[in-house]
Amino acid sequence: MNLAEKIFAAHCGKKKVSPGEFINVQPDLILSNDITAPIAIKEFRKIGVKKVFDTKKIVMVADHFVPNKDITSAEQSKFMRDFANEQGIMYYDVGQMGIEHCLLPEKGLVLPGDVIIGADSHTCTYGAVSAFATGMGSTDIACAMATGDIWMRVPQTIKFVYHGKLGKWVSGKDLILFTIGQIGVDGALYAAMEFTGEAIDSLSMDSRFTMANMAIEAGGKAGIFHADQKTIDYVKSRASRHYKVYEPDADAAYAQVIEYDVSKMEPQVSLPHLPSNAKPVSKVGKIEIDQSVIGSCTNGRISDLRIAAGILKGRKVHPRVRCIVIPGTQQIYLDALHEGLIEIFINAGAVVSTPTCGPCLGGYMGILAGGEKAVSTTNRNFVGRMGSTKSEVYLANPAVAAASAITGRISSPEEITK
Amino acid sequence: MLKGKVFKYGANVNTDEIIPARYLNVSEAELLAEHCMEDIDLDFVKKVKPGDIIAADTNFGCGSSREHAPLAIKTSGVSCVIAKSFARIFFRNAINIGLPLLESEEAVNGINNDDTVEVDLEKWTIKDLTTGKQFTAKPYPEFMSRLVKTGGLIEYTKQRVANRK
Ligand code: SF4
Repeated sequence: MNLAEKIFAAHCGKKKVSPGEFINVQPDLILSNDITAPIAIKEFRKIGVKKVFDTKKIVMVADHFVPNKDITSAEQSKFMRDFANEQGIMYYDVGQMGIEHCLLPEKGLVLPGDVIIGADSHTCTYGAVSAFATGMGSTDIACAMATGDIWMRVPQTIKFVYHGKLGKWVSGKDLILFTIGQIGVDGALYAAMEFTGEAIDSLSMDSRFTMANMAIEAGGKAGIFHADQKTIDYVKSRASRHYKVYEPDADAAYAQVIEYDVSKMEPQVSLPHLPSNAKPVSKVGKIEIDQSVIGSCTNGRISDLRIAAGILKGRKVHPRVRCIVIPGTQQIYLDALHEGLIEIFINAGAVVSTPTCGPCLGGYMGILAGGEKAVSTTNRNFVGRMGSTKSEVYLANPAVAAASAITGRISSPEEITK
Repeated sequence: MLKGKVFKYGANVNTDEIIPARYLNVSEAELLAEHCMEDIDLDFVKKVKPGDIIAADTNFGCGSSREHAPLAIKTSGVSCVIAKSFARIFFRNAINIGLPLLESEEAVNGINNDDTVEVDLEKWTIKDLTTGKQFTAKPYPEFMSRLVKTGGLIEYTKQRVANRK
């Protein structure tokens, strides 16, 4: 069995599972947020149980529209908060919260070998710690909260092997944008993506989170990494429960094995309006931008902020550009503060927000007007994703986003730092 | 038997287009339905009538996991969606809430925008009444059929919970 199949087998009480098989899985953690929890709670009330099956396996995070942007979102948050208090489940509100997919790994709530389901498509982020994590809808989450189990279909797995050593400004973001560019936004539809190879071994945990995060942008059910020493170092001090590392069998079956040599790869930029429109930054042409967003569950972690600050240090954001920096969690914010990064951002003329999804999904904190263009470290550049349907979003890594904020057009960090 | 006029769209229709995030500060189905398909087809809500059908190319419903998307479509009056393929989370969500989905490449290729189409969910057939052409769709796997026949995931879970007591 491959990695995903091993984890599934362990969570449904079977010796062996195969792709296509319908199984009943007992997840280790069930997640929802201020957008998806309200529907889940309403559905939960219909099932006929009063209490969730296990308060320690259910977590809700207010992150999309908080601190509340308007009265209706305040009502939604209150609805979720009241339920969380009534049930005694784990709940992260303003002051403790962060963007869910930055927060849960940081808190040690997602661990190797886990099955995690979340009412958010980027739940797949936790594949970085070698968990099988996948997004679902609110009704699925409602039922899982009631019973502690959920139906799943065992997916096919596509194995990706990345050869070579990565260039200076190339990160997990570039590997995943490149991959989606190669296979398309439905290239891994219904499949798990297993990421391996020399280039992957060298990636930081933060870069792995970025890659796993965007598996959904290729249609994937999950993106999953093997646990290595870096993984163990990351989870060891955070974990408060038992976890198990699984390895694929030597003769594991894959639907497909795709290999890339990434040693000559440049930073990638995905042009509007699909993440699959990826190009090397040198081939993008002259694109003037109005906004640069550095944050989100894709690239709002401390190493992302370090990279951006490294480029912005002693330089100024272009007068035409609004540069918005959003640390993913309170802890990341604090670390950035201690390291002097926040000061660098402010001196450069960027604004720094409290942790929130903010403009990533066009919520608030940086909505685009018609005709405006943004370079963003987020994960989706769909029509209207960050505001007006006539605006455009270019996806890139934090180095490109920071460099572009300085030049006022999409730029390679090479341009600034040479 | 489902019957209605077809609204036809291209590939990769995403859930941000089906129901933009600026409307996600509410979760009431009726309020969501007022903005259904707004970012891909501004006139959709003005034109759609009960029973109408959406047909689309590959990967329909990709992107965000928001259940608000199938909910908005269902509440707007749409009786089913026919596509060459569906994004995974959208597929689950639609099955769970009782919005029928049909996977059929030949139907999507053969049906035109505005045609009147009849769908038989027992036989998995799709008939274009405007052109007279008939197509077939891929039936759901057995487990999913059972889920749909039970009335969706909530009903299914309710029964499981009741049987346990
Ligand atoms: S940061 Fe963006 S992609 Fe991530 S959870 Fe928030 S809205 Fe979704």
